[in-house]
Amino acid sequence: MRRRPARVRSLLAGIGIGALLAACNSSVDSRSEEGAAAASAPAYGDTFIQASIGDIGGLIPSLTSDQSSYEVGGLIYDGLVKTDKDLNLVPAMAESWTYSRDCLDLTFKLRRDVKWHDGHPFTADDVLFTYRTMINPKTPAPFKDSFLLVKDVQAPDPYTVRVRYDKPYARAVETWSGEMLPKHLLQSFAEAGTLRESPQNSHPIGTGPYRFQEWKPGEKVVLVANPDYFDGRPYLSRVVYRVIPSQATIFLELKARGVDYVSTLTGIQYARQTEYPAFRKAYHKFRYPASDYTFLGFNLRDPRFADRRVRQAFAHAINKQELIDGVRLGLARVATGPIRPGTWAYTDKVVQYDYDPEKARALLAEAGWKDRNGDGIVEDAEGKPFTLTIRTNQGNDERKKIAEIIQQRLKDIGIQADIQLIEWAAFIKEFVKPRRFEVVVLGFGTGIDPDQFVVWHSSQRGPDQMNRTGYANPEVDALLEAGRSSCVQSERVRYYHRIQEILAQDLPMIFLYYRDALPVVASRIHGVKAAPAGIMYNFDEWYVPKAQQRYTSG
Amino acid sequence: MALFALRRLLLSIPLLLGITFVSYVVIGLAPGGPLDFLTPEDPNASPEVKERLIKEFGLDRPIYVQYWQWLTRAVRLDFGRSFLPDGRPVLTKIGERLPVTLFLNLIEMAIIVGLAVPIGVLSATRQYSLYDKITTVFVFVGFATPDFWLALLLMILFGVQLGWLPISGLRSLNWEYLTFFQQQWDFFSHLILPIAVATFGGLAGFSRYMRQSMLEVVRQDYVQTARAKGLSERTVISKHALRNALLPVVTILALALPGLIGGSVIIESIFAIPGMGQLMVQSVFSRDYPVVMGNLVIVATLTLVANLVADITYGLVDPRIRFGGRRGRR
Amino acid sequence: MASPGGRGELRQFWRTFARNQLAMCGGVVVMVLVTLAVLAPMIAPWDPNRPDTKKILEPPSRSHWLGTDPLGRDVLSRVLYGSRVSLAVGFVSVGIAALIGVLLGSAAGYHGGVVDNFVMRMVDLMLVFPRFFLLLAVLAFLKPSIWTIMTVIGLTGWMGVARLVRAEFLTLREREFVIWSESVGAGALRIIFRHILPNAIAPILVAMTLGIPAAILTEAGLSFLGLGVQPPYATWGNILNDGRDYIEIAWWLTLYPGLAILLTVLSYNLMGEGIRDALDPRLRQSRVGRIIRLGR
Repeated sequence: MRRRPARVRSLLAGIGIGALLAACNSSVDSRSEEGAAAASAPAYGDTFIQASIGDIGGLIPSLTSDQSSYEVGGLIYDGLVKTDKDLNLVPAMAESWTYSRDCLDLTFKLRRDVKWHDGHPFTADDVLFTYRTMINPKTPAPFKDSFLLVKDVQAPDPYTVRVRYDKPYARAVETWSGEMLPKHLLQSFAEAGTLRESPQNSHPIGTGPYRFQEWKPGEKVVLVANPDYFDGRPYLSRVVYRVIPSQATIFLELKARGVDYVSTLTGIQYARQTEYPAFRKAYHKFRYPASDYTFLGFNLRDPRFADRRVRQAFAHAINKQELIDGVRLGLARVATGPIRPGTWAYTDKVVQYDYDPEKARALLAEAGWKDRNGDGIVEDAEGKPFTLTIRTNQGNDERKKIAEIIQQRLKDIGIQADIQLIEWAAFIKEFVKPRRFEVVVLGFGTGIDPDQFVVWHSSQRGPDQMNRTGYANPEVDALLEAGRSSCVQSERVRYYHRIQEILAQDLPMIFLYYRDALPVVASRIHGVKAAPAGIMYNFDEWYVPKAQQRYTSG
Repeated sequence: MALFALRRLLLSIPLLLGITFVSYVVIGLAPGGPLDFLTPEDPNASPEVKERLIKEFGLDRPIYVQYWQWLTRAVRLDFGRSFLPDGRPVLTKIGERLPVTLFLNLIEMAIIVGLAVPIGVLSATRQYSLYDKITTVFVFVGFATPDFWLALLLMILFGVQLGWLPISGLRSLNWEYLTFFQQQWDFFSHLILPIAVATFGGLAGFSRYMRQSMLEVVRQDYVQTARAKGLSERTVISKHALRNALLPVVTILALALPGLIGGSVIIESIFAIPGMGQLMVQSVFSRDYPVVMGNLVIVATLTLVANLVADITYGLVDPRIRFGGRRGRR
Repeated sequence: MASPGGRGELRQFWRTFARNQLAMCGGVVVMVLVTLAVLAPMIAPWDPNRPDTKKILEPPSRSHWLGTDPLGRDVLSRVLYGSRVSLAVGFVSVGIAALIGVLLGSAAGYHGGVVDNFVMRMVDLMLVFPRFFLLLAVLAFLKPSIWTIMTVIGLTGWMGVARLVRAEFLTLREREFVIWSESVGAGALRIIFRHILPNAIAPILVAMTLGIPAAILTEAGLSFLGLGVQPPYATWGNILNDGRDYIEIAWWLTLYPGLAILLTVLSYNLMGEGIRDALDPRLRQSRVGRIIRLGR
């Protein structure tokens, strides 16, 4: 009997070791899960692994526009204020602030115990520097609007910042929730306009709860807890973002327990694919209303849509609940306007359009659209059939399904619709900006402030501006301006209620739904609570009890 | 022959230029520009940033001017920086991805050749037998299976249900904390699924090729002669037939060289492997012109080189074919 | 050698082909598939495009033999209608590729010299671009629809046929009767049709038959990436795409279209291979055979 040659033996050994490792790994998991009850006290340690569908664009968030950069940046940097669980603005690096009587002066008092990750103290100079950098034309920041409205900023002493505005600006305080940049490191780069090439963009120094450790482009970003954080060291020692460019793979990784958190599941995933015992044991699912809404937007310059009855017909032809059931499996709420339900400016006392195809057909007929030749499609007086193209961006499964359902519903009332899914960059450049569309399915995110001047004001209808539908109503204009320049909430409420009423009547777009966010967090992590702001608002307080820690790297 | 090589080299240069110019124009004309990613659709985005960026990237000049600017720098191997907010040099980005793709593809190629040659040879020598039929069907099933389908099925089976293999990336997260051997195994286990999917498909073409080539060779006179001489079938095949049948295989290997650089978009995307294929797609979608062009030039150059090598090799190795001259027997 | 294509040839071809069981199987399946595709509107039990949100992702049942998709549509009907798209894409794109290939190959072979050089450089140029990359770039440019996809796949696949045709010309140029024809003043078109094509048609046919499954797979890949035909129209690739996120709770969405692709591609390939093998005796003697086999 011949002995196996050495090579084969070591190969077998290798396979054996591999199998053993796999077995050991799984037994460790089950053991640590079991010991739950007793030791559930807060403890430092463990690593939190998160999936990111795109690589970050850079490590100075203001220079980027992708979600991932802001998420990562949110842990490395801090702003003067932040939002709490109920979406109120609360102190962060500023310990308090005051408004002058006329709403034109905003004074922040800064904390004295904040240090940059390199030990340098954080002072009002940094705030001043950040402001100057943001308004500097050489800085390639996409979102400078809010800063540009500031008249000037002064730092009378190292821990006081005075911001002056020309006109009262409702979102003033919110402006200062963005990240603060270190003057002592970036001054020369900001002046030269070379921020993107600065070391900060690949090795950032911030003031936030986590410090940067490494970035392997296309693979991962690693952050470690900041022991000197002014609010106390966060419990979770490490945060890792893994770049996984495919939604399907992210979900599979979740099921294989390779990630600890997913910011939102789809409706079907939540309702059908995560209901089995092993998953429910390993993860906690949460649900809260998200801040973005999906809509069907009309191009009001199209003469057919200039007639309000046509738009109303569309609204009656669409069954919003059907959309929610079909696309989100019921995990959304019907939208009636652009302001988020549950926030202070919201009202639902507006005109509602029920699903009523008969009424829709009647309205179309009133507007001159009848089926004159029996082919199932309505035509106008000259015999021209009502056909249109529903456009939306590629890569978004929800919007695609919405388009498909709406297409069939329109067919039921005699309108023939095609669907076009267009790659995002081309979609924006070729169709949305030059207003070369008939209807689009898109979404808008609502911030914590109800001001939506840029979306509804008649001055914002230019190609690069956000009033895509081309809506213009002088009464709404006046209300938007008033709302924006008041800092008295009771006043603003009235303005925004009225705006919602008018928008529901005018129907520049059909507001479809506000989806529910459906995040998932590994069950070993404690301290997670859903609230209107989501779940991440208290991330630095999350912890894993000692016995359940999975990645013990300190 | 040297003349031939020289002539081909000289012809390659205008070809290379033509390629780069055409692709620059095509990408440039495609709707949407890099700015649409830097100034996204969000109620807070600022429009005047675009003015500045247009000036910075020189996008306000006509296409041919932009092209010329790019070309003069490319010749010095300066492919510029990516248009994406991270602004890193193109060569760096490609340099990060190329080794991964090359490595994967080389292994895949090695496995395919290693398996395809014996399969093909056996198929040819036992033409129409049961073995031939079974392997034919098997190999064809491999060719007909969409790779993304197979990838997902294998991921579900081995990754999720059985939990034997990792399903994405190249390394586990705790890689730095593993011992050397554990690291090797970890890396290896991450490669198993992607390579399995890739080879399953590629095997078909190659082994058919081998079979075809072998079939042709086996019918030649000299093989009959060898048989007539009384040599064992085995010697006939391995010593005489195989050598000749492998000639076209060598050619194909050379022609496959550029494919090594490309990287499979679908496989890389599903398995989250940071390779060239993924880079290609992402940069096309985000209109990241510098990266697209850098990518293209490298691939184009290598392809041209590979073609040249293949032609020369083939000419050297098969005396019956000469370059553009008279053909063999009439 | 007299011009080929006589009756004896055809019978010889058929006999060889029929002996190859696998190829025959392939051929039969292909015919069945084509028939099903043509008859789809008559045999599909449900409207393939109408969503029904009460029936999302239902497993196969009596009323829905292959289950339903994420919008509640019947999978069987969608697969049937999808076969029409796959077949159309296969035939048309290969047809376009063949047409371009014949035109350019003839131009190159007939005129020789500068034209030949130019065409061959074009071939090299096209081969240099990684095909998928080229498809992506061009598709981003054009409005995605079934026609653009067919055209683009055709535009990137003509090189093989062009080479074949050109090689055939080269062979014929050396033959006496072409020189004779030229001296008598016969036009280029006449030469193409009477002398080139009959010889070349066989290998072109093989190339086309083998090109169809490749086109079908390419389309499936494009649909999978979301670049295919627009919704709501079903193609096998986009049914797979729709179902890929639900693979473990809705296996029918992945299994059936995947099998359909597999079966179709397999059958075409087997049939194509059978045709090629059956043509072999003739091919062996001509340079054209060498071209197909060795891809040069």
